[in-house]
Amino acid sequence: MELFSLGIKSIFVENMIFAYFLGMCSFLAVSKKVSTAIGLGAAVIFVLTITVPVNWLIQDKVLKEGALAWLGSSFAEVNLEFLQFIMFIAIIAAMVQLVEMIIEKFSPALYGSLGIFLPLIAVNCAILGSSLFMVQRDYTLSEATVFGFGSGIGWMLAIVALAAIREKLKYSNVPDGLKGLGITMLITGLMGIAFKSFIGIAI
Amino acid sequence: MKFLRDALDKVKPNFEKGGKWEKFYYVYEAHDTLLFAPNSTTKSKGVQIRDAIDMKRMMMTVIIALLPCLLFGIYNVGLQHFIAIGQPDASLGSIIWVGVVQVIPIVAVSYIFGLGTEFTFATIRRHPVNEGFLVTGMLIPLVMPPDIPLWQVALATVFAVIIAKEAFGGTGMNILNVALTARAFLYFAYPGQISGDVWTYIGEGNQAVAGFSGATPLSIAGESLINGENVQQTLNAFSYGGGASGGMYGFENLFLGFYPGSIGATSVLMCLIGAFVLIVTGVGSWKIIVSVFAGAYGMGLLFNLIGANEFMMLDPSYHLVIGGMAFGAVYMATDPVTASQTETGKWIYGFMIGLLTVLIRVLNPAYPEGIMLAILFMNVFAPLIDHYVVIANKKRRLSRATV
Repeated sequence: MELFSLGIKSIFVENMIFAYFLGMCSFLAVSKKVSTAIGLGAAVIFVLTITVPVNWLIQDKVLKEGALAWLGSSFAEVNLEFLQFIMFIAIIAAMVQLVEMIIEKFSPALYGSLGIFLPLIAVNCAILGSSLFMVQRDYTLSEATVFGFGSGIGWMLAIVALAAIREKLKYSNVPDGLKGLGITMLITGLMGIAFKSFIGIAI
Repeated sequence: MKFLRDALDKVKPNFEKGGKWEKFYYVYEAHDTLLFAPNSTTKSKGVQIRDAIDMKRMMMTVIIALLPCLLFGIYNVGLQHFIAIGQPDASLGSIIWVGVVQVIPIVAVSYIFGLGTEFTFATIRRHPVNEGFLVTGMLIPLVMPPDIPLWQVALATVFAVIIAKEAFGGTGMNILNVALTARAFLYFAYPGQISGDVWTYIGEGNQAVAGFSGATPLSIAGESLINGENVQQTLNAFSYGGGASGGMYGFENLFLGFYPGSIGATSVLMCLIGAFVLIVTGVGSWKIIVSVFAGAYGMGLLFNLIGANEFMMLDPSYHLVIGGMAFGAVYMATDPVTASQTETGKWIYGFMIGLLTVLIRVLNPAYPEGIMLAILFMNVFAPLIDHYVVIANKKRRLSRATV
């Protein structure tokens, strides 16, 4: 039950985009078509679900102060936390490479339409952000997995909704100066108001 | 009306191409078409539907449907004022007078500032002024507390018209309901004036009666949840200053709407009259209205089954009559622009609004009134619902194709 409410919380209440504004770059750039948005969303879910628990293991067994005690008593004092960023990013980059290879093999069309934004998931702040939140909030391994998965779902939900709105915008008459990114920023703000309904919810 | 037509015809050349106020043609055109049915017809090219209804008539129908709520709101603001200061037997005239003095300025400010913004944009961007704002300008005051500072109404109206509507190109192109954006803007920008004990107009120099509390049924429900009391009993027992007999927040009075709340959103009965007008004329979608109520009732039942706290145990029928539920379902959720466009989508859209409303009410103590944010939230997802309904439809029809 606790894991379930954590999942719901990370999807709606603490939505990566609308509560923390993380991962905005690809959110704004790859939301022109629903099908592409779904592809990127699925990739983000995949990467998050794997990297957060893997990073948890790294943090718990290697980086944390005293984490290396299992190597022998002489390692019990070692604190490798200064390596946190570089380790996390290395893991994320490796996972993204994996996803890239899988997508290229199975769906060349999606691979083509995602273009540069697929490798850029590696520097998507939502992904590194989730790993850092996981450390900050002292999650257990199962919590970390649920949190990663939920954050991914929340991110995908946001980008897919934005993409559907932008497809509908074809029929709007947006002033020239606002066309493209300008109106997308406005929509993001308005979506943020709508998502505020969940902030403060107690499950 | 001849003299009016003559006057308009006399100034018309000034606004046409080459006239000295050519820039303001759409300002003129808006007044002309508001006063007289335009005599221009659609060009005979392309596919058309022959129908007498145009946007102006559609919007006027919604205004007519809103009138019961407005009139009742005026009466109720006065009535709550006199109940709160301990004179429930005040004469009808004085009740209505207090209501008029409180409500009409809010309506006027909303129209003046909203239309002003609209006309400015129409002139600069050279697009016709649509009648869409006539409805929005009426909805905004009806969801405000009676004591709201007028400058806030003006600010919220201008914000909503520019950001939520004109930035997208005007009527029919927005993604969020404009009136709700105005209300949500105030709610997040100036929570002090739009939440808490603001729902009754007391007036300066008046003393509230003993036992008076400006709490709305939803805040009472939230409080009794904290105190661990039975929500339904607390609601039924609540009363002060000789308000409606049988409990101010008893089911019957909640249905009739004689209690403090947003100006026009308290009475379910008036909303149902409005709903009748909208459905009979075909302007509002009955599917959305029905599914919003169904969603709320269903979620209420589900909470009854879970029953983790007292608020969850509230009889689901209460959820349908408390607060702005009915008003939102009838006038806001059915907004043809921001709702789902597909017929299947309307069921899903409405049902989710109802469900989320009760969910937010019960689980989120920060926002006692859930319907506003639930509708905004589903506005965001309506295009996505449509997208999938259309894809499903394509699939279904392709599977029948034998070529």
